[in-house]
Amino acid sequence: MRVIDAKKITETVADLCLKANCSLRSDVLAKIKSAYRKEPDGKAREALAEIINNAKIAQRERLAICQDTGMPIVFIDIGQNVRIKGGLRAAVERGIAKGYKKGCFRESIVCDPLKRGKPSYRGAVIHTEITRGSRLKLTVMPKGFGCENKSVLRMFLPTVSIEEIKDFVVETVESAGPDACPPYVVGVGIGGGADYASLLAKKALLGKLTNDQRPTTNDQILSRDLLKRINKLKIGPMGLGGKATCLAVNIEEYPTHIAGLPVAVNISCHALRSATAVL
Amino acid sequence: MVIEVKNISSFKDLSAGEQVLFSGAIYTARDQAHKRLVRDIGKGRGIGKESFFNIKEAVIYYCGPTKAPKGKIIGSCGPTTSSRMDEFTPFLLKKGLKGMIGKGRRSKEVIKAIKKYKAVYLLAPAGCGALVSKYVKKAEPVAYPDLGPEQVLRLEVKNLPLIVAIDSKGKDIYGQD
Repeated sequence: MRVIDAKKITETVADLCLKANCSLRSDVLAKIKSAYRKEPDGKAREALAEIINNAKIAQRERLAICQDTGMPIVFIDIGQNVRIKGGLRAAVERGIAKGYKKGCFRESIVCDPLKRGKPSYRGAVIHTEITRGSRLKLTVMPKGFGCENKSVLRMFLPTVSIEEIKDFVVETVESAGPDACPPYVVGVGIGGGADYASLLAKKALLGKLTNDQRPTTNDQILSRDLLKRINKLKIGPMGLGGKATCLAVNIEEYPTHIAGLPVAVNISCHALRSATAVL
Repeated sequence: MVIEVKNISSFKDLSAGEQVLFSGAIYTARDQAHKRLVRDIGKGRGIGKESFFNIKEAVIYYCGPTKAPKGKIIGSCGPTTSSRMDEFTPFLLKKGLKGMIGKGRRSKEVIKAIKKYKAVYLLAPAGCGALVSKYVKKAEPVAYPDLGPEQVLRLEVKNLPLIVAIDSKGKDIYGQD
């Protein structure tokens, strides 16, 4: 058994909150820069230049990339040979409070979803998974709610065609329109149950934004087709028209029941933020 | 062409699609503050300390900034999604509101009211809160401090880059009308 002190988890989560909120992921920034180079239109190009400049200022001055420092979504892979000394949830929550306070990030969480009340840092969403080995992997994803509000889950029939699924994904982005800070990254979760498809769609956003010029697997082909179709919507940066409506489509799949086919779409704004550490 | 705007009286002359550099005072207000503004203005109450906030002279900025780090005027302060404020906006326009800054589309009712009351709706750099903070020269709390990040702040901005999204004739760059 490997023992990991809960204090170590708190420190790591605090660091990850700061990193995720102030330093734009390098793969996301690379995609935005590539979109900037390809964008001919004046206003759309200027909007992309502002996004690049914003990332630079945030990094340099340790300012939050976006004022919506999000609902912190924490993914923890716990090796089955790890024993945690102290409470895991409390350690994570302390880490978030510490990191968010240090970064002067926004208190965006209301503890009662119906009564609302004064927002605070308390109430991260934590997903744990047991894995093999003796490591502990922590990922913090501050998810802004402008784009989270555009998430959709649909329970398709098992006999549905792939074209209908593509239509659904494209329509979801079309309906988000210019409102949720395009260019977007689109996460798609296919399979599992209603809960798991939604989780997969969000987890898909953690995957590196790659550029599959020559897709080989079915997933890669589907993601390329979706990217092409979404970019034909011409929503563009800040909704001002132009080529870059979507930077990447990431897909996660899982087995599902013979009677159904859940498909979830989780949209991220251009400020797709996450940071990972392995203990 | 970029138009410099320093006075809200020139808002009505702007056209959808024009780029603007705005200098002057703007007031942050988002979801919960809107709910209260409608309640308080409806009851004829003054808003905030010394009734500092006058809807007829105010430009509302849909924004809830992060806290100001030490030595800074304000934290990250980009716009939030405007459409969440749509249900409150026609009332505020009726009461004299002339300018709104945010991101994304507005409802048909809001567009109609913007036209009727000769107001304007502008877009700020969306998702660029660190960048926007550079244009803020002063920030002070005005009303509803118990709302935390959703309280009303008075910001003085200089040359804030904006795009006219809906003009006083009801023309919308997102082409819904």
